[in-house]
Amino acid sequence: MEVLFEHFRLWLAAFLTLGIFSFLYKDNPWYKLSEAIFVGISAGYWFVVLFWDNFYGKFWVGAGDYTFGWIGAKLSGGEVPSSSGIDLMLWVGAILGFLMLLRLIPKIGWLSRWPLAFIVGATAGLWLINYVASNVMVQVQATMVPLFSSTFGSGFDSSLGAIIGTIVIFVGTFSGLVYFFFSKAHTGAFGTTAKIGILFLMITFGASFGYTVMSRMSLLIGRIDYLLGDWLGMIK
Amino acid sequence: MKLSVFLFVLLLSISISAQDEPSDTDPAIIVPDSELVVVAPVTSLIAEDHKYDKGDHIDLSWVPSIDDQLLDGTVIGYKLYRSANGGEPVLVEEFPPGTNAFTDDGVYSDSTYSYFIAALSENYAAESNRTAPIAPEVEWLNLHRGWLFLIALIVGGSVLLFINAAKRGTKLFVRKIAGLEAVDDAVGRATEMGRPILFIPGIRDMDDVQTLAGLTILGRVARVIADYDTRIFMPTSRSLVMTAGRETVKAAYTAAGRPDKYNDDMVTYYTDEQFGYVAAVDGVMVREKPATVFLLGAFFAESLILAETGNSIGAIQIAGTARPAQLPFFIAACDFTLIGEELFAASAYLSGEPMQLGSLKGQDVGKAIAMLAILVGVFSATVGLAWDIEFFNDIVEYLSDVFSAR
Repeated sequence: MEVLFEHFRLWLAAFLTLGIFSFLYKDNPWYKLSEAIFVGISAGYWFVVLFWDNFYGKFWVGAGDYTFGWIGAKLSGGEVPSSSGIDLMLWVGAILGFLMLLRLIPKIGWLSRWPLAFIVGATAGLWLINYVASNVMVQVQATMVPLFSSTFGSGFDSSLGAIIGTIVIFVGTFSGLVYFFFSKAHTGAFGTTAKIGILFLMITFGASFGYTVMSRMSLLIGRIDYLLGDWLGMIK
Repeated sequence: MKLSVFLFVLLLSISISAQDEPSDTDPAIIVPDSELVVVAPVTSLIAEDHKYDKGDHIDLSWVPSIDDQLLDGTVIGYKLYRSANGGEPVLVEEFPPGTNAFTDDGVYSDSTYSYFIAALSENYAAESNRTAPIAPEVEWLNLHRGWLFLIALIVGGSVLLFINAAKRGTKLFVRKIAGLEAVDDAVGRATEMGRPILFIPGIRDMDDVQTLAGLTILGRVARVIADYDTRIFMPTSRSLVMTAGRETVKAAYTAAGRPDKYNDDMVTYYTDEQFGYVAAVDGVMVREKPATVFLLGAFFAESLILAETGNSIGAIQIAGTARPAQLPFFIAACDFTLIGEELFAASAYLSGEPMQLGSLKGQDVGKAIAMLAILVGVFSATVGLAWDIEFFNDIVEYLSDVFSAR
């Protein structure tokens, strides 16, 4: 029975893989079937994961069960549950989540904007510091390097390779900043510097393109390996 | 009788030998042997509260054993022990020779801790003195980030100043951003062709600023779409993004005076699964054949799949992301690409609202500060280091301190 199920799994995975690949020819019923299965199963899967990880794993275990137990004990005069490991701040998230569900009631649906406003505001505030610290401060500090020297009072002792490297870092960073400066038109010397900036960006993108394409090839090889190896057994 | 005496002696010797074995909580290994390699203990062991944390770190420093030397050293390592609230010491960490500092991150602000270190030879352990009990303190302000605060204050203040200036009617200049000039044309093309517009906000949730930037641009795009009475379809991979997208499109249709034209089916959810979402959106593309595709937000491995499919159906594509690894694909497969910061500047450029223009101008003040610091820093570092001029070296040191983000 186990062997039969394993064969069924192999054939189903191969069927769906080829179904998705068939899109390379054109849209067709096989692709539509594979797509619908993929979307439906993954949506259901994520619902279950999020429910058990967040609602149950975090909120219910961390605060909900305790709170309702506490209320029940107070009403019935029973034993109050232990508060060890309980974080009542989780109720803030639960209430915001509940407000989101009020969209289903048109009359008070406007309350669902509050959690959205909270998320947008908190996200912008938190990321501001992270971005400034990691993308601005560190970058500026790392760019303040001597162009020609390696040690104090050594004159121009760096090797040609090191000099080219530091100049590339300095010119690339500075001209890139100029390109992303929006308060001045890209004309004259400023425009020329901005053009150098976009040139640096394009060279970087070119290198990144090749690198990423190679990593995507490994994904393709993984699927072909599955089809020819696991499924058909042509690759041992 | 002899047998019982023999068994007693045997059990006693086993018991004694078991007690002699070293354990994590008994670092003082004393081997009564003339071959003992005795080493000196570490000295000046100091335990201090780690500054500007939430009371969960203690910094330790010490002077290594004098027998811990580069060549012919007899110390083979160290063991750090911690005693909480006067309890039994437990092993915290082992270090190689030469170590002289450590930050313990396994502590809580409601307990006191004392430490000692055992310097180890191959058969001997020398304990240091124990530190005085210390309780890590919670600090509410991280003064290491004082400069960061000041720079944020300057940029934030600039934003407010520019917003006020824009509100008073001062015209604020923003340079042309090529991709955005094409938005109206792209929507007009879809109207003329009688085909829908597809807006893809990336695959991240509302806690990603790129998604927020994408939705801000959506507001402007949806307003033009409402004006032109064109159809928009926005598939999402996050439920919160769907909710925010619906709010944005609905507000745009209301602002355009056409709230009756809006319906919730314009913005829909498929799945959180990355490639499941891509499969569904690709299907929508080839079946609905949108005239214009917007790809604005956070994208990952799906970027090229989406952009290539959009390209294959002949749609005008305007893309934008701040993820450097995905930008090459958008540049290769789309008609216009908003690169990094341009995505965030786009909404201000499109709307022309004082609030957004002021924000953009304020950010430019931050960039001007960064450019100036780089110019001064590189010049000072180059001149200061080449000829060892103290004045310029001090400038570099000062700027490094200002821009260090601890």
